[in-house]
Amino acid sequence: MKRMLGLAFAAVLMASAAARAEGEIKVGEINSYSALPGFTDPYRKGMELALKEINDAGGIKGKKLVIISKDDGGKPGEALTAANELVSRDGVVMIAGGFLSNVGLALSDFAKQKKVVYLASEPLTDAIVWSKGNDYTFRLRTSNYMQAAMLAEEAAKLPAKRWATIAPNYEFGQSFVAVFKDLLKKRRPDVEFVAEQWPPLNKIDAGPVLQAIDAAKPEAILNATFAGDLVKLVREGNTRGVFKDRAVVSYLTGEPEYLDPLKGETPEGWIVTGYPWYSINTPEHKAFLDAYQQLNKDYPRLGSIVGYSTVKSIAAVLNATDDHSTEGLVKAMKNLKVSTPFGEIVYRGADHQSTLGAFVGKTALKDGKGVMVDVVFKKGADYLPSEEEAAKMRPAN
Amino acid sequence: MDFLLIQALSGLASAASLFLVASGLSIIFGVTRIVNFAHGAFYMLGAYAAFTLTDRFAGPLGFWGGLLVASLAVAAVGALMEVVLLRRIYQAPELFQLLATFGVTLMVQDLVVLIWGPDDLMGPRAPGFTGAFSLFGRLVPTYDILLILLGPVVLGLLWLLFHRTRWGVLVRAATQDREMVSSLGVNQKWLFTSVFALGVFLAALGGALQIPRTTVTHYMDLSIIVEVFVVVVIGGLGSVTGAFVAAVLVSELNAFGILVLPKISMITVFLVMAVVLVVRPWGLFGKPDAAPRASAGISVRPWKPMSALERGGVALVVLLAALLPFVSGSYALSVGSEILVFVLFAASLHFMMTVGGLASFGHAAYFGLGAYGAAFAVTYFGVPMEAALVLGPVLGLVGAVLFGWFCVRLSGVYFAMLTLAFAQITWSIAFQWVEVTGGDNGILGIWPSAWASTPQGFYWLALGVVVVGVAVLRMLVFSPFGFGLRAARDSGLRAEAIGIDAKRTQWAAFVVAGTFAGIAGALFAFLKGSVFPETLAIPMSVDGLVMVLLGGIETVSGAVVGAVVYKALAIWLMSQTELSKLVLGGIIVLLVVAFPKGIVGFIEDWRHRRPPAPNGAGPEAMGIAKVEAAQ
Amino acid sequence: MTSLLEVKGLVKSYSGVHAVRGVSFSLEAGEILALIGPNGAGKSTCFNMLNGQIRPNAGSIKLDGQEIVGLPPRTVWRRGVGRTFQITATFSSMTVRENVQVTLLSYHRRLWSGLGYAGAAYREEADALLSLVGMEQQADRPCGELAYGDLKRLELAVALANQPRLLLMDEPTAGMAPKERVELMRLTAEIARKKDIGVLFTEHDMDVVFEHADAVMVLNRGELIARGSPQEVRRDPHVQAIYLGEGLLYDAKHREEAVQ
Repeated sequence: MKRMLGLAFAAVLMASAAARAEGEIKVGEINSYSALPGFTDPYRKGMELALKEINDAGGIKGKKLVIISKDDGGKPGEALTAANELVSRDGVVMIAGGFLSNVGLALSDFAKQKKVVYLASEPLTDAIVWSKGNDYTFRLRTSNYMQAAMLAEEAAKLPAKRWATIAPNYEFGQSFVAVFKDLLKKRRPDVEFVAEQWPPLNKIDAGPVLQAIDAAKPEAILNATFAGDLVKLVREGNTRGVFKDRAVVSYLTGEPEYLDPLKGETPEGWIVTGYPWYSINTPEHKAFLDAYQQLNKDYPRLGSIVGYSTVKSIAAVLNATDDHSTEGLVKAMKNLKVSTPFGEIVYRGADHQSTLGAFVGKTALKDGKGVMVDVVFKKGADYLPSEEEAAKMRPAN
Repeated sequence: MDFLLIQALSGLASAASLFLVASGLSIIFGVTRIVNFAHGAFYMLGAYAAFTLTDRFAGPLGFWGGLLVASLAVAAVGALMEVVLLRRIYQAPELFQLLATFGVTLMVQDLVVLIWGPDDLMGPRAPGFTGAFSLFGRLVPTYDILLILLGPVVLGLLWLLFHRTRWGVLVRAATQDREMVSSLGVNQKWLFTSVFALGVFLAALGGALQIPRTTVTHYMDLSIIVEVFVVVVIGGLGSVTGAFVAAVLVSELNAFGILVLPKISMITVFLVMAVVLVVRPWGLFGKPDAAPRASAGISVRPWKPMSALERGGVALVVLLAALLPFVSGSYALSVGSEILVFVLFAASLHFMMTVGGLASFGHAAYFGLGAYGAAFAVTYFGVPMEAALVLGPVLGLVGAVLFGWFCVRLSGVYFAMLTLAFAQITWSIAFQWVEVTGGDNGILGIWPSAWASTPQGFYWLALGVVVVGVAVLRMLVFSPFGFGLRAARDSGLRAEAIGIDAKRTQWAAFVVAGTFAGIAGALFAFLKGSVFPETLAIPMSVDGLVMVLLGGIETVSGAVVGAVVYKALAIWLMSQTELSKLVLGGIIVLLVVAFPKGIVGFIEDWRHRRPPAPNGAGPEAMGIAKVEAAQ
Repeated sequence: MTSLLEVKGLVKSYSGVHAVRGVSFSLEAGEILALIGPNGAGKSTCFNMLNGQIRPNAGSIKLDGQEIVGLPPRTVWRRGVGRTFQITATFSSMTVRENVQVTLLSYHRRLWSGLGYAGAAYREEADALLSLVGMEQQADRPCGELAYGDLKRLELAVALANQPRLLLMDEPTAGMAPKERVELMRLTAEIARKKDIGVLFTEHDMDVVFEHADAVMVLNRGELIARGSPQEVRRDPHVQAIYLGEGLLYDAKHREEAVQ
């Protein structure tokens, strides 16, 4: 108890010492730095680049933009503690960040309760803008639904009728598979789903899982596993010939985070969403890539794009209005246009989802490394339900 | 038919690594009685070291040599840890070594990221074993066959080692009777070290053998450690054969289970363990402990209720805590509320562990059930916070009544593991029953009533509930019920011989502890405004254990101090550094070495070493009284 | 009139090996009966069956005419059977007095109460029991630091706490100095006669046995081979053979044995 008192006093002192420096605008940011460094490292580098660009160009109307980052350890409970610290102690004008969907949803509910703007950068769950959407939460990343729609469009072009699915056993995997099935069936009423496997995240027992899939004799496979699970799946599947003569549609696999570890074992011809940073020729992306590589001596991952665009979005909304109260920011955030390395995006007024698009292509091997080829950029807006429909999916507040 | 055979082979291949790691853990436990939480960390280090070596030295010699050298190197690290750290704390109360190895695990998790970077690493495939051969028209990877053969080979080598060498005979003797071996004049220190090194070697080899199958990641320790514990317990502690059979059993049940229920692998192992422990409480190949060691706190100093002075000290601390909202900001208050919640959680576990002698590894189940209970009450019945705080813990109570009935039939590590199994089953229900629990996205919008919605209001609410809760628990310790419970813990034989129904008494204690954990959980739900499966998960249970052990398991009030210190440290480090695990792990290790009886245990020892102050304690002693009495 | 304890045809075997085969005897209130026999004769098994810790394969045990076979130890205790153990079993985290207090609380069926300080309950009764066995000076000492002989005396106090009608004492004086032994058994005998308690005890120390027992039973390989007054048993050639066969003598020599 004594210690706690001491801690509390220290907190008071620190809070008063950090009394609002007039020349700064503070924004809070939370992510799973210690739990998911593979994503958050490039993400942070992207943020740092954007922040540098913004402050080098004079900041926000002459004030320096300061981002205070906190670690959530991959746990929603910790994220809430961090959010609380940012809002009530550091006095940030808004919060941003998040990778895991449950962390994003927790922060979104926090934003609603404490009436503070939250920009969800990465969480993919559809719930965050639809079934559990609220006035204070906006989401940057191309959502589960959007990417499922993009992949379903490609999948519908395949001759395959018998499909099997493999996805990690949690809400992300479950909702992605559900949406994909739904959208594919709309385009192709003749397909049937003959097998499904739900390995636990990070614990896939790839051999038995693949044998079970193989036994159902599907013509095509939908995969939504990633990271270590994906590598196990690919290795086992290649060796066992499960992917031979079968179409595979694989979610997120084209992201360098997940494609690069596969190296020379990258399966060829999988239809994937991802980030082929090496073959995007738009001027916006070129500028980003050059600046990024100059600063970091490393190539960007998709996380870098997310981090960069998050900070750009924050700067855009802070520049768009002088009213940095929550109401002012919410108002400015609706229909806000932001330019990103993937082109201009809009935060839709009706459901607060950005129109960030995604790249769809096929995997291929080049110089012993996995790459995406036949890349098409799909605009986010084309794969979202209309704003009227989306608005109906949100709870009435 | 042929498909089933292939599936069985796949299951066997998965069993191999599980067996290697589990046999190491089993051997270590058998001889040293250490529950080596760091075993997963060594498995991971084995994989990382093998990655580095095989990446550098190509070719078959480079690969197989790399695997072996990596495993030996990690075994050396393990031996070093045993000599430097564990040797200092063998005399500490049971389970305290668990705390030390937990600290090491935390440190390793950050260290591998510092050394090898955050990205997943993919090692080379095994030279000569990259292909597959065809069986009934299906392809079976040759590496799988290698692994399948390796399991029995290692089992056989271990058998030879234990039955055909003097060292092995000593190890087996030590597994049965440690005191006897020390009386034989064997250098027990080095026997322990060598056993520990062997166990770590097997873990590291298990990890190294994974690199041709998967990527090396900084979270692979977590994905195996619990499963390995479970395998060891199913097989019977200390039994290598048991570990083998259990690994095969678990892997095969998983391989076939997913054919029927594709979502089952999340809980296969825990279901198997629960069934085995209920039917065969000592595991498949285990033997009942001839003389079960008292699980906790046989203190030489009998507990005493607080003196008037100490009561005054406690009252003063509570008063000061109640005045906190007048001097501090709202962030400090919500941190304070969180710490308070964990004080009650730790105190409830402490009641069960210390007073009841029942060390639970799954106490989070009741915390989480309390939290979910409160969330259900709000979401589905629309009751206000006040009612939900009462209804929520009822779910914790019901869970404790149900699970406790099975658990108290066991004791020691088996008890701990059955509690873990029930907690994991509860977790997976919360995780998978998306329609009701929201799955991993949890239940949102569980916010307090208006009067408690400010940080001040909630802090006072939490303080009130926690002070009353801890006071009630402490009252129970000294009540006739508490005496009966301690009697059952100290000597089940004597307790039964004086008319005490030991199992029922322990069951009641289990329910009391579960209910109070449920109260803490319900508060936690309102503090966070949401409930997630993580409230039921293993890390939450481990946190509780760490708090109790850190405070001191032989004390009446240690958990309170342990919770305050640990939670405050954890929150502060999370906010200050991304290497919080490294720092926190380091601090835990230092505390373990400095205070082998826990913080409060240390203070009490120190206090009693001094001659009693004439007529009233001095000012320092008063300060201690406060710390100790801060419950 | 029924005897206090009536044992008939008690049998216990472990995986085919008979530890106790057909033991029958009776014990009257106020009688002090010694059960002796070489190591491994089945004395402890008999004891453990009498208080319900082990369930016999066959046979009957009647306390005041009521069958107690199949009852758990705690219920047998409630019927008025107190016992001490060969290897003392006490509550080592409590003080001497608290050991007795918790027993008294159990006797008065107050252990399920969560209210009040148990250390203040039945203090006088506990102290009275402790002074009965000469432990009043040590009432506040932690049980964990007592000498072995003192633990034995504490066990006796605990065993007397439920006003037993029958006292089972498994080697009550093991580990005590010779003077203490005589003292303890004299005390036990006195209490037994005063309160009309039947006492059954096993003992290695034959001095103790012959001095204090009203009657002696000899158990060998699970069978009762003799019963009678100490003098009769001492003269029994069969009994002498068994004890000599084991290389043991009746007197001082196995006192050391018993210490272990």
